[in-house]
Amino acid sequence: MQEMMKARAKELLASGEVTRVIGWKKNEFDYDITPALFESAEEIDHDFVYDDFCGPNLSKFTFQHQKNDTKTLVFLKPCDSYSMTQLITEHRVNREALYLIGVPSYGKIDVEKIKADGMTGILSIKSEDGDVHVHTLYGDKTYAKYEVTSERCLNCKSKKHPIYDELMGFEGEVMENERFDEVAKLEAMTPEERFEFWRGELSRCIRCNACRNACPACTCETCIFDNPNSGVDQKAAKDTFEENMFHIIRAFHVAGRCTDCGECSRVCPQHIPLHLLNRKFIGDINKFYGTYQAGEEVGQRAPLTNFTKEDVEPDIVAKGGKV
Amino acid sequence: MLKILRSQLDELFALIAEKETLYIPTDATAGIAQFKKWENGMKMSDKLKTSRSAKDFFFPQTEDLVSFKKTGKKIDIIDPRTETEDFVIFGVRACDCRSFDILDRVFLAEPVDTYYKNRREHGTVVTLACSKPAETCFCQTFGIDPTAPAGDVSAWMTEDAVYFNANTEKGNAFVDVIKALATESDDTAVEAQKAATKEILAKLPIQNLKTEAFGGGKTEQYFKSPEWAELSEACLGCGTCTFVCPTCQCYDIRDFDTGHGIDRFRCWDSCMYSDFTKMAHGNPRLSQKERFRQRFMHKLVYYPENNEGIFGCVGCGRCVEKCPISMNIVKVMRTLAKEDEGK
Repeated sequence: MQEMMKARAKELLASGEVTRVIGWKKNEFDYDITPALFESAEEIDHDFVYDDFCGPNLSKFTFQHQKNDTKTLVFLKPCDSYSMTQLITEHRVNREALYLIGVPSYGKIDVEKIKADGMTGILSIKSEDGDVHVHTLYGDKTYAKYEVTSERCLNCKSKKHPIYDELMGFEGEVMENERFDEVAKLEAMTPEERFEFWRGELSRCIRCNACRNACPACTCETCIFDNPNSGVDQKAAKDTFEENMFHIIRAFHVAGRCTDCGECSRVCPQHIPLHLLNRKFIGDINKFYGTYQAGEEVGQRAPLTNFTKEDVEPDIVAKGGKV
Repeated sequence: MLKILRSQLDELFALIAEKETLYIPTDATAGIAQFKKWENGMKMSDKLKTSRSAKDFFFPQTEDLVSFKKTGKKIDIIDPRTETEDFVIFGVRACDCRSFDILDRVFLAEPVDTYYKNRREHGTVVTLACSKPAETCFCQTFGIDPTAPAGDVSAWMTEDAVYFNANTEKGNAFVDVIKALATESDDTAVEAQKAATKEILAKLPIQNLKTEAFGGGKTEQYFKSPEWAELSEACLGCGTCTFVCPTCQCYDIRDFDTGHGIDRFRCWDSCMYSDFTKMAHGNPRLSQKERFRQRFMHKLVYYPENNEGIFGCVGCGRCVEKCPISMNIVKVMRTLAKEDEGK
């Protein structure tokens, strides 16, 4: 797949159809991948990579490349493609300036799972035929790929690309998944247990804003928490209550727009399962307004910004969310 | 050199905690280690390093500096400082320990930061030598020997024992406390561990990173480098690198309206943020490229220029592990050094 992508990118650059390519490149190790901009065939030959570590969602990186005079080629995994559709729906990117190629994703490896298993001094990781070979200074180990696949990929919502100009490989299907299982566990807790759970998780937050800045649904030009005129701007919370509020407010702000791409949890340096907040909202929206997937098609009306007679009544809150 | 069996570790911690508050690295949930106040039954993490650095002990993410309370026409000015108790941090790695020297040069220089100084004076640092470095480690680049960490007391942990050596007066006091459990020992086991670790260190993938191209006097050359554009291209502008960094020392001071008065507090700031050093005229660094450049210029050029050539990085590798887009000081140094070679 990587070679096909490189060849096609070079072809499109050569023909002048696009002048920039947004893809991934490798860094120091096999597992650290940086989103990158390529402007020549040489750069693509030298650095372009597409493998089981290309987790970063490229949809948000299109922001800086929206000039209408020339097009930018962007490679999108299925989940990136949902984010892109949502960005187009919200008029946050200029569709005309983009050339979108959908590429398949067979599940991305979460290196944190390998590290959590005690592997360190990692010199190389090779993923082939369902096996992941980890070579370290302290010995080698082979995992079955599913053992080290990221949670978001194990619970893949769809292998379909809702938007593309061109598709590479086969078009996938919307997937059956168990992504609401963790949410159900939280819902089964007593309010006190749930409060303790989130206080514990959020107490690790260092307020680096990585979740917000990586999130394709967080597209405010100036975030309310960065705006001195908002009265709530803080670089760090004055107290722990505020710290929790940051995440809860953010989750509310992306409710109905979050496609569940999982970038928030991937980038969190403190391993806070932030995606569970969003999934709770997605699950509730499904329950109260009918199944809805953000980013499924351009121009769709989100349940929270649309009125239908079937909508639940506001007293759903007093009923504790029981329909 | 004093020796304590690893099977006595719980006893040791209890002994220390009897006298002073003790912090040890322990496994938090979600596979990360963090320093926590020791309590009976708490197990020490076997992870190489904590997710957050140890700088929090002396330079916490937020702290109240002063409070103003208004009652009628009277305003009370309250000094909220409570940290007057001695404490011990156990298990600080050589890289984090060096970061204290770097912070000292900032906070203990005139005018002395009394909040920082207060904590520094009350803290005893017990370091722990590394024996299983990670692929992201590059402390050797900055002249740090992870097998011989500094601190008030240096410690080495082998399979069955922990060895201690005091380096300072505070260290001597610590050693006096633990003597009840310890036996005198020669350094055979420690030297053997050092030799074994050094062999591993030589094989680390980033250990060959060099600093020759950097230091004071390089401002003009690197400030204008065309490389910054590409290096900073994918930067999200989040503060992860600065907040997990043991040497990043920038902060902001804000007033928080409590409704009955004002709490003036200080919190970490990040040069990656759009409102960093924002003044009446606006922000002097308008694009992410400039903010990104500031961070690395500070560590590699400005800091050594003002501090006898000492670099503002200790090679702990946290930014290498944590950056959401995997861009870091290693990549920056390699790219700029290559450019320097070509000149």
